[in-house]
Amino acid sequence: MWEYCGHSLEIARLRGATYADVRLMHSRQRDLTTKSGCVGTLGQSESIGLGIRVVANGAWGFASTDQLTREGVANCAAQAVAIARSSALAKKENVQLVPEGTYVDSWQGPCLKDPFEIPLEAQLDLLLAVDAEMRKVRGVTLSETDMQFRKIDTWFASSTGSKIHQRRVISGCGIVATAFQGDAIQKRSYPNSFGGQHVLGGYELIESMDLLRHAPRVGEEAVALHSAARCPEKTGTLILGGSQLGLQIHESVGHPIELDRVLGQEANFAGTSFLTLDKLHNLRYASSFVNVVADARPAHGPGLGTFAYDDEGVPAQCIDVIKDGEFHGYLSSRETAHLIGLPRSGGTMRTEGWNRLPMIRMTNISLLPGSWTFENLMADTDDGILMDTNRSWSIDDRRYQFQFSTEIAWEIKGGKRGRMLKNPSYSGITTEFWNSCDAIGNANEWVLWGTPNCGKGQPMQVMGTGHGASPSRFRNVKIGTAFSNQ
Amino acid sequence: MNQRSKRRNALVSGAVLRPERELHEIGATVLRLAKKRGVLETEVSIDESIQALTRFANNTIHQNVAEQGLVVSIRTATDGRTARVTTNRVDEDALRVAIEDCLSLASHQPKDAKLLPMPGKQKYRIVHRFHPGTAALTAELRARAVKNTCQFADKKGQVAAGIFSNGQSQCVLVNSRGLTASYRHTNATFSVTMQQGSAASWAKANSGDVTQFDPLELVKIASSKAVRAQNPLELAPGKFTVILEPAAVLDLVGFLFYDFAATAVADKRSCFSERLGKSILGENITITDDAYHPHQLGSPFDGEGMPRQKVTLVERGMVKNLVYSRRSAKQAGTRPTGHGFPLPNEYGEAPMNLVVEGGKTSLEEMIASTDSGLLVTRLWYIREVDPYEKIMTGMTRDGLFRIEKGKIAQAAKNFRFNQSVLEMLRNVESLGPARRATGEEAFEMVVPPMKVRNFHFSEVTKF
Repeated sequence: MWEYCGHSLEIARLRGATYADVRLMHSRQRDLTTKSGCVGTLGQSESIGLGIRVVANGAWGFASTDQLTREGVANCAAQAVAIARSSALAKKENVQLVPEGTYVDSWQGPCLKDPFEIPLEAQLDLLLAVDAEMRKVRGVTLSETDMQFRKIDTWFASSTGSKIHQRRVISGCGIVATAFQGDAIQKRSYPNSFGGQHVLGGYELIESMDLLRHAPRVGEEAVALHSAARCPEKTGTLILGGSQLGLQIHESVGHPIELDRVLGQEANFAGTSFLTLDKLHNLRYASSFVNVVADARPAHGPGLGTFAYDDEGVPAQCIDVIKDGEFHGYLSSRETAHLIGLPRSGGTMRTEGWNRLPMIRMTNISLLPGSWTFENLMADTDDGILMDTNRSWSIDDRRYQFQFSTEIAWEIKGGKRGRMLKNPSYSGITTEFWNSCDAIGNANEWVLWGTPNCGKGQPMQVMGTGHGASPSRFRNVKIGTAFSNQ
Repeated sequence: MNQRSKRRNALVSGAVLRPERELHEIGATVLRLAKKRGVLETEVSIDESIQALTRFANNTIHQNVAEQGLVVSIRTATDGRTARVTTNRVDEDALRVAIEDCLSLASHQPKDAKLLPMPGKQKYRIVHRFHPGTAALTAELRARAVKNTCQFADKKGQVAAGIFSNGQSQCVLVNSRGLTASYRHTNATFSVTMQQGSAASWAKANSGDVTQFDPLELVKIASSKAVRAQNPLELAPGKFTVILEPAAVLDLVGFLFYDFAATAVADKRSCFSERLGKSILGENITITDDAYHPHQLGSPFDGEGMPRQKVTLVERGMVKNLVYSRRSAKQAGTRPTGHGFPLPNEYGEAPMNLVVEGGKTSLEEMIASTDSGLLVTRLWYIREVDPYEKIMTGMTRDGLFRIEKGKIAQAAKNFRFNQSVLEMLRNVESLGPARRATGEEAFEMVVPPMKVRNFHFSEVTKF
């Protein structure tokens, strides 16, 4: 592998590149699903190839190939340089990169039980058993389960001498019960919607989920939602469950702090950001006890944004994003760091695969734990609504105005969980919402949630991001607007 | 010049696909190896793709990429058990391993009594969707078009961002029962956002033939709308008459595509469950799936190699038909329509070439006939709030304009909508000519602009 990396770098140099980095990646994936008692998807895939990014004539070029021969990677490197020279036809300034050290290293992410070594029969048996448990509930019209495993090896080399190998194993699993009745469809998911929970780790994740125990409850709640009262439309107190808060962080903190968006580089597609450069260290983003970090270090936990080095060879770091409520930092790269006066990249350049360019992406954007137990949080709430498990999410292209709906909610009256509510939703303006936070769950409630489906870039890249969160409370939130027309 | 030299030069100037026979040779190798291994039934699809994309922002190129790859996907079926393995390694040893992996995966599952034997040889309509000029577009030619865009923006005091991409792809599908299908096409896209101060507008085109659009014309449209988009007025949310440009129609109506799947209806997760044969949309709404429409791209066969049929899904507001894979057709006692996904999967099928029938009212006539309303350029971040009423939420973006007394009066601050697509398609007052539309939420389809009454905007944002 290193030979192909080295050869492509050498060809790039000979063709006139002043900087080059290369990623040779080999990924294996296994996907299993069941639907209403039958195996749905049953597939395995493998992909290997090389992508090289170069600077020539002061401009960027990138090319990728699956032709892993000396000739194939040489052609690829030559193509990248030719593309960079074309880019230079419409450049304003030369590409400038902040300095970074040279590293020769090898790192493997946490994985106690290699999911590819677990017998497939055991995996399918578990999913089919869980599927059957959900269908035992009268009124469940569709039961679905899924498992997904990925093993990704990356060999990174740069023209400045870095050579880094990383292996990351990612595991994910989720279950869903759907109930169709009359004129409505209701569903419940566990442990999260849209594919469940995903972590950097092995089959130990699946074993920790206790799927069989949760399956009947998931089915029962899906059916019970049909007879639940509709979530009222009002302004009031909201407690968000951890997984929903994780997505709230993703959309209303994680995306706005991406420096490429702030600088207009995503204006045509993913959008820009309300966090213009004048707001750095100059914006009350949230309540004074809200602290959010972007932490890619393994010490933060086995998140989808955990690694040892990013995809331009910068070591993983922890960045304060919101510190004591104040906006404190962006996600940056070697090319963008100097634009905000940073001497070094924040190490957030990531790529979906060998055929994609590294871009600024979220790592683990996490809300640090507060001091409240869940029980105390509920007991302290006289009148409110508890919402859990995302059903839909949407936010404008500058990340101000958002609306989320969740699968389920419960009334809170006099400090106690009351009746179930269906079709819950809430909406708001990002900074107003975060400034209305008045209680954050403690470390015992904190979970590092995985969002496996974050889309960004052209061509589109789907990336996994991590979001640590514990149930938290927000005051004066607009509730119920999604269904206000009905 | 020999083949190898041609390929090397092509990689630098503009890459070329392999001769189709090389893909057939890979397919034949897999079938031979599987037969030797004693596999009862084998299906192989070989997909090759070459894509390039030049991305610009702040009036300069900031990303410029190219990729090429070939993927072999193998499905085996033995004794009611099937599985799929995909690899991009095409040497004989790797293909042999992939077959073994596939057999191993399949053998560990329970027998599926409803698994059908693979289909035999089929006949396909011929479609010509490969345009050599589009395939030959080089990084330099794209960069020159982008340079013109950036110079135009500089002159106007505006900031341009967008993409110019082109690509070519081909696929071959064969199986051990003698089915052989092949297809190739080219594609090109130009998308531009023009920003003036805090205002912005947008235009985009996509075609199999790059000569079918003029990037600079799109730039001029977005530029003039960006000028109009300045100083937006904040309006109170509520129900408005809206004129939706084709991209806005596409990105909303596109969310219906999976609801037309017979499997989704059988699973009771479609908004058309228990609504077949009912008039639930307006009489002026007719929707077909037509892979052969001149503005469509895509292969004339589905994931199992069945020929795609033209299907009338909605006729004058009534849901008439669904699309079927072989499996869902068998269960429903009807014929497959050629819309199945590659097996095994849990979703069944979907129409991928929707055509919403247009009308004769031009966008200008729609505006002129509107006493009070809003013109919507495009929508953004659309998600499903309610699956049965098909309530979607999302934002307007890059050009929302207030219409007063038949004229565009002023830009308006962007709204959030919460709107049932079914209700929207009951409230269509007029339709323009249908065209190939391209947005960011749905894949490209043929749709008209629409004038719709009582469109529900629930909240307003800050810009």
